Amino acid sequence: MSDHVRFFDGKPSLFQNIPVRARCLALLREFFTARGFIEVETPIVCTSPGVETHLAAMPVSCMNRTMYLTTSPEFHMKRLISVGFDRVFQVTRAFRDGERGERHNPEFTMVEWYRRDCDYGAIMDDSQELLRHVAMGIGGRLEFPGIEGVRGPISLENDFRRVTMVQAFAELGLPSPFGMTLEERDQVAVDHLDFHLGRHEPEFLIEYPADQASLARKKPEDPRVAERFELYCGGLELENGFSELADADEYLERCRIDLAERARLGLPQYPIDERYVSMLRDGMPVCAGTALGFDRLVMLACGARTIRDVIAFPWDQA
Amino acid sequence: MYETSDIRKGLKITMDGYPWEVVDFQFVKPGKGTAFTRVRVKNLKTGQALDRTFKTGEKLEECDLEEHVGQYMYSDGENYFFMNQESYEQISIPASVLGDSALFLTENMECTILVFEGVPMNVALKTFLEAEIVYTEPGMKGDTATGGSKPAKISTGAEVQVPLFINQGDWIKVDTRDGSYVERVKK
Repeated sequence: MSDHVRFFDGKPSLFQNIPVRARCLALLREFFTARGFIEVETPIVCTSPGVETHLAAMPVSCMNRTMYLTTSPEFHMKRLISVGFDRVFQVTRAFRDGERGERHNPEFTMVEWYRRDCDYGAIMDDSQELLRHVAMGIGGRLEFPGIEGVRGPISLENDFRRVTMVQAFAELGLPSPFGMTLEERDQVAVDHLDFHLGRHEPEFLIEYPADQASLARKKPEDPRVAERFELYCGGLELENGFSELADADEYLERCRIDLAERARLGLPQYPIDERYVSMLRDGMPVCAGTALGFDRLVMLACGARTIRDVIAFPWDQA
Repeated sequence: MYETSDIRKGLKITMDGYPWEVVDFQFVKPGKGTAFTRVRVKNLKTGQALDRTFKTGEKLEECDLEEHVGQYMYSDGENYFFMNQESYEQISIPASVLGDSALFLTENMECTILVFEGVPMNVALKTFLEAEIVYTEPGMKGDTATGGSKPAKISTGAEVQVPLFINQGDWIKVDTRDGSYVERVKK
C-alpha cells in the first residue's frame, strides 16, 4: 500500500466526517449571511502575531523581512470594524506552534465574528444560535451526539448558562480566583473546569479577573473583572470572546506586561502591531467579537473523539 | 529528570515515593493560558491509577526500576529465594512482598521481579499455572452444566474455587493473578 492512502485507510471515520465538515461550513456561512454579516478575508502572513505570553508564532520570511503566520485574525477584523463595517465574519487558518494533542493541531481553522455597538452578551447570543443552527442542519435536532465511553449527548434545548468565574470556582468548592495567580487559575482550568463545565449542555464561563482580560475591556460596573467569555461544550473549549478593549494606553500597558513575562520566560519577543495601536488611538467603535475553533465544532457535530478525526491531513501528515 | 516533552505512553517516573507508569497523556491548554500535559499514571506497586497535570517546563523524576527474570528455588518461610536468570545471583524476597501469590509458586517457575530503588517491590508469576488437585470433596456425577463451586486445594498450597465436577487427582489451570479456576486439563 502506498504511503498516501495508508493514512486514510487507518481512519475510516474521515470518510464520514469530511462531508460533515463541509456541511458545517456551509451552515455557518448561511447563518452569518442571513444575519447581515459580511464575510471577509485578512492576511495569513502578518507583521505581528500578537504578544500574549503563551502564544508561539511561526515566523516566515517575506520580502526579506521576518513576518509571522497569523495566530488569530482579530487585529485585522477589528480594523475592519473601525473603518465602518457593522458586522463581519471570517473562516481562516490560524497557526500556533507547539500545540498538538487530541484537541489541538498547530494549523487549525478559526471562525471569528465581530459586531459593532454591542457587548459580549450579543456575541454569546450569536454563539448559542449558531450551535443550534449547525446541530439542526446536521442531525435535525437540538443536540450534538454523544461519544461512546467518553460523554453523553450535548443538549442545546435550553439557553446556555452564563456562569462567572467566581461562581464556577465556588461551585467547585475552590477559593476565589482573585486570590490566585494566573498559573494557579490555569491549573484549576485544566484540573477542574474542563470536567465541570459544558458536560451536558454548553456553558459560558464569563467575567475573568482583570489580569486575565487578554483583549477584553474591563466591566464598566466592576473593573475587577473583564468582559471575556469562553464557551465550554462537551469537554471542549469552543470559543473565546470579548467586549473589545478600545483604550490604546491600556492595550499598550497589557502588551508591556506580556512582553516582560515573555522575556522572563525566555520566549521570543514579537513586535507590537503599530497600525492596530494607531487605530485604537483614532478611536475604535464599541464592539465585541469571538473566535471559535471550527475543527472542534466539527468534532462536536460528528461526535469525534480527537481533532485528527476531522482533519484530513493533520500536521504530521501534512 | 524528564521534561514534559519526554512524556509518552510507557514512561516510568517516580512520584510521592512510588514508581508510576504513564498509561495515557494529553496536551491541554486553557484558552490563551499555560500549556499542560495531563497524564494518567498507574502505580506499579499498588495498581492504583490517577490523573496528574504537569505544567510545560515542569520536571518529572526518573524512575530507578529494574526488571529481572527470577527462577523460584525455595522458601524458608520468611523469605523466598529466586535465581536471577541473567546474573545467576540469588534474590531474596520477603513473604510480605509476595502475599497470597506465594501459594501459587512452584519450583523452577520463572517470575518477573520488579526492583524499585534497589528493593524488590513486586513479583509477577507466570499468569497460568497447571496444578494437581490434592484435596476436594467428591463432586456429583454428571453435574457439568449447572453452576456451583466448591473449594479445592492444589499442590502448591493454594485453595481454589472449582466447579463441582472436579475431583481429587485432576489437573486444572489456574489464573495466578486472582487465583481463579480456568479449566480442567488432561495430564
